[in-house]
Amino acid sequence: MATVSLDPSTATEVLRPGSEQEAIAAFGDGKDVLVVGGGTIVMPELTYRRLQPTRALLLKDAGLAGVTRDGSRVTIGATTPIEELVGLPAPIGPCAANIADVEIRSQATVAGNLCAGEGYEAPRGDLQGAFLAVGATVRSAGEGGIREEPLEDFLSKRRERLALSISYDEPSAGAFAGLDRPHTHDFTALAVSGARSADGTIRLAATGVGGWGVRLPSAEAEVAEIHPRVIDWGHVPRSAGDDPDGTAALQDVTLHDDAIASAWYRAKVLPVLVRRVLTEMKESA
Amino acid sequence: MNLTVNGTRHEIESPLLTPLLDVLREELGITGAKAGCHQGGCGACTVLIDGEPRRSCLMPVGYADGGEITTVEGLGTPDDLSRIQQAFIHHYAAQCGYCTSGMLLAGQAYIDRGGTGDEEAIQTALGGHVCRCTGYSKIVEAVAAAARGDSFDVTETAVGKHTTMATGGAE
Repeated sequence: MATVSLDPSTATEVLRPGSEQEAIAAFGDGKDVLVVGGGTIVMPELTYRRLQPTRALLLKDAGLAGVTRDGSRVTIGATTPIEELVGLPAPIGPCAANIADVEIRSQATVAGNLCAGEGYEAPRGDLQGAFLAVGATVRSAGEGGIREEPLEDFLSKRRERLALSISYDEPSAGAFAGLDRPHTHDFTALAVSGARSADGTIRLAATGVGGWGVRLPSAEAEVAEIHPRVIDWGHVPRSAGDDPDGTAALQDVTLHDDAIASAWYRAKVLPVLVRRVLTEMKESA
Repeated sequence: MNLTVNGTRHEIESPLLTPLLDVLREELGITGAKAGCHQGGCGACTVLIDGEPRRSCLMPVGYADGGEITTVEGLGTPDDLSRIQQAFIHHYAAQCGYCTSGMLLAGQAYIDRGGTGDEEAIQTALGGHVCRCTGYSKIVEAVAAAARGDSFDVTETAVGKHTTMATGGAE
């Protein structure tokens, strides 16, 4: 371990691992450990003493940052700054570009965003939706050792795991559509991501609906039902009435109601965002 | 742990999780960075860390260990203002002044990266900065003028494209 020091003001033991192995060892089973990726989410919590951890793990020097490719497989290290994703194809790139501003994106990390708490005002963790849409898997450490699992499974246990990296196969098409973000909010009130994999499967996911990011299986089924030949999607003769109206997505969510957007408003907008994503993917087919 | 702030090296005693902003203001007494919201939403605390603009309220000082920090005090002196500071005076880009140090540093970083007078690019670069006086037009004009390399007469206020009064002051 590079440095171990005792924080006298809050009696927090601060650990600075210098490698992935040291980070895994320091995290242990994750009990009573505050993981600090970039710090953009936890620092205000610490400043205002809403968080008073007994141990904190500073990951900056743990060597967990970087984007690598192996064929169509993309692997993104846990502490890669969000800004580094901005140039990636949809839905990942446009979703990343919509988060906060360039100063925050350059400090905030990918895994920090994926592991974001639900927030006091509204759901946050915008990247969850984009990575769900591309069918990403997360490699993580914690009780029982290192394992790789679908993001859906990881999200429900993200407080108990130390994310190490996230991987996905580059989709053949993708799209992201979100509500315009008020200047002073770093996350979108509602967003939908979509991706079509090489075998033609369409995945849709939303963030901002309530809790953390969720897949939209009913909306996906609607697409498959109306377009059974999804693989040839761009070539199926179609009329205006063929397009799914996106309302099936409402069966997949429990809508959040808060000061930024009411549940009523979210229910009105979610189908619109689903339609926009489907239209954009269709046009790029 | 140490920081080099505006060219002067300091040994730091604050705990690693202390926000860099608090270290600058309270341990070192360097008050150019302002504590606006203390949660990353306003940009008044932005400083340069190794040339990159960062919110000092969100930066654990442990992450800046060994870094070169530039605050507004490091941009210029009252007798020798930097170009962007002159631009802010000439274009009347500071009103109450609370956001100004963060705006100056984000603007300087934009120019240092080769930024041009393009308004949209400047708005993106300053996108995390709030001006409660809503003086954004003047701020963008000033950064654009500094990015173009204009020279300024700081005893006169420019007539900007959004200025409606020709003289701007009481006569």
